[in-house]
Amino acid sequence: MSGPLSIEVVKPGLLSTFQDLGRRGQQHLGVPLNGVMDERAHRTANWLVGNAPGAATLEMTLLGPNLRFGAPVRIALSGADLSATLNGQPVPLNEAVQAAAGDVLAFGAPKRGIRAYLAVEGGYALEPVMGSMSTNVRAGFGGLGGKPLRKDVSIPLSPAPGRTLPVRGALPAFAADIMREPDAPLRVMAGREHDMFTQESLRAFGAEAYQITPQSDRMGYRLKGPPLERRRTTEMLSEAVTAGTVQVPPDGQPIVLMADCQTSGGYPRIAHVAWVDLPRLAQCAPGARLRFEWIDLAEAQRLAVSQARVFGAMENGTA
Amino acid sequence: MMVDAPEPMSPTWSLHPSGDRSLVILCTHEDPKVANGWCRALARALADDLPAGIDGVVPAMVSVALHYAPDRVLDAAPEPLRDGSSPYAILAEQVWARMAAFDLDRVPAGREITIPVCYGGDYGPDLQEVADISGLTPQEVIALHTAAPVDVLAVGFAPGHPYVGYFDARLSPGRRSSPRSDVPAGTIGLANRQSVIYPTRLPGGWNLIGRTPLVLFDPYRAEPSLLVAGDRVRFVAIDPAAFETLAAGQEGRP
Repeated sequence: MSGPLSIEVVKPGLLSTFQDLGRRGQQHLGVPLNGVMDERAHRTANWLVGNAPGAATLEMTLLGPNLRFGAPVRIALSGADLSATLNGQPVPLNEAVQAAAGDVLAFGAPKRGIRAYLAVEGGYALEPVMGSMSTNVRAGFGGLGGKPLRKDVSIPLSPAPGRTLPVRGALPAFAADIMREPDAPLRVMAGREHDMFTQESLRAFGAEAYQITPQSDRMGYRLKGPPLERRRTTEMLSEAVTAGTVQVPPDGQPIVLMADCQTSGGYPRIAHVAWVDLPRLAQCAPGARLRFEWIDLAEAQRLAVSQARVFGAMENGTA
Repeated sequence: MMVDAPEPMSPTWSLHPSGDRSLVILCTHEDPKVANGWCRALARALADDLPAGIDGVVPAMVSVALHYAPDRVLDAAPEPLRDGSSPYAILAEQVWARMAAFDLDRVPAGREITIPVCYGGDYGPDLQEVADISGLTPQEVIALHTAAPVDVLAVGFAPGHPYVGYFDARLSPGRRSSPRSDVPAGTIGLANRQSVIYPTRLPGGWNLIGRTPLVLFDPYRAEPSLLVAGDRVRFVAIDPAAFETLAAGQEGRP
């Protein structure tokens, strides 16, 4: 039995937005990149249902939505364990699962991580805006009407390509130095204004714990810990920033910029979080205590290339 | 006695990593206004001749950032560059080679765009205060603001939000001590010889001197941002009747 090719939002959850790999190439217009916070989980979910890595997934935060499927569709969940159930039965993470028309996908208490990704075979039928389906909530465009999921809206789906899904055995094999333990230190490299900070501040940032404050969201994580002081206060002109940039406003408490960050910033940057560690940071909730570990640029790029090789193998069907 | 005018100091360029996916080209010059001009020219030249693996060219006040994918830079690099060099080092070498070949003096000027502005009143509630601070009349402030075309120095802070300058040195009020939480779309701010134009309703700390009926940013347009860095802007004073007529013509757009 088959109804409309869509998903009904019974309950929207805390913050559920459609995201893809971001609105690339638009930052010179002041347009944020947006896109998924946990790229590994997003790509894994798409891979499990045979979608291209650039297809949008639904990023669900802490408390997931209740969704009713209008037609049978293959789905996959990846990222955080938010206690997903399909008609009351637990849904495994990182496996393609068949949902029938009328089935309800629901979520319970967050058990591990805070951001889960839902991919549907064939993808969501959303209109790209400036080259991306990512939701820019602040500016109100992209995704589904530029907004997080709301109750009673209907999410249109694209027809599945109608081929047999490849059997996905083992998950993509990221090297151990990429998929580190959730509480391992986050690797950072020297920031553009690294030299402006006192030796004691540089030491503290690489050694002490910094707690994620409640004033943290997709734009940035505000941290609280030993204040970071500058040796001198030179006036700065604003410069391009990206997700992972750690900037330090005058109060000395660092902010890690995340996917929705502005395109430029004027605060001194003590560090940049390695790209491969952003997914791990994205799964940390307010209250979590973070530690940082200095690495050099060459090591960060070696890790980034190693991760990209696994992504490439997934895309080519060799993973 | 004749004295030769001093040769304008040439800029000093330097390249810097900014995280593992951005390379920043910094222009150092005693006058940041001059450095900004060189950066705008460089960004335009680079945009036409990009090394592989670059996802964006983002000019700022005295720098140009290149956002890139390290693996794609590596894969596209010519063989001799690949011998164990980091993607950053490879990209830096490619950027230096291009910069050596560019003739930035000959980069064509950007577009010139006319921006109609209704100054003062509800459209620009700070016009009188700016005039008072500057020792000018409101009419003189408007005359200086519309006197000559100015450059779009950078676009940032919000989608389609330009910084333009530099105006006459008499237009140098500082920013307001307490920012407003809600500035209407199209409002022109002025501070320190620069203006911003708020593309949407935003918080803002600049002195509000007028408003344009033009839509600065529309993500559904073929060219979403009315202005890009490197454009020239000519402000033209209009009266409230003209503002309302032009604003009505903008309605109903997607």
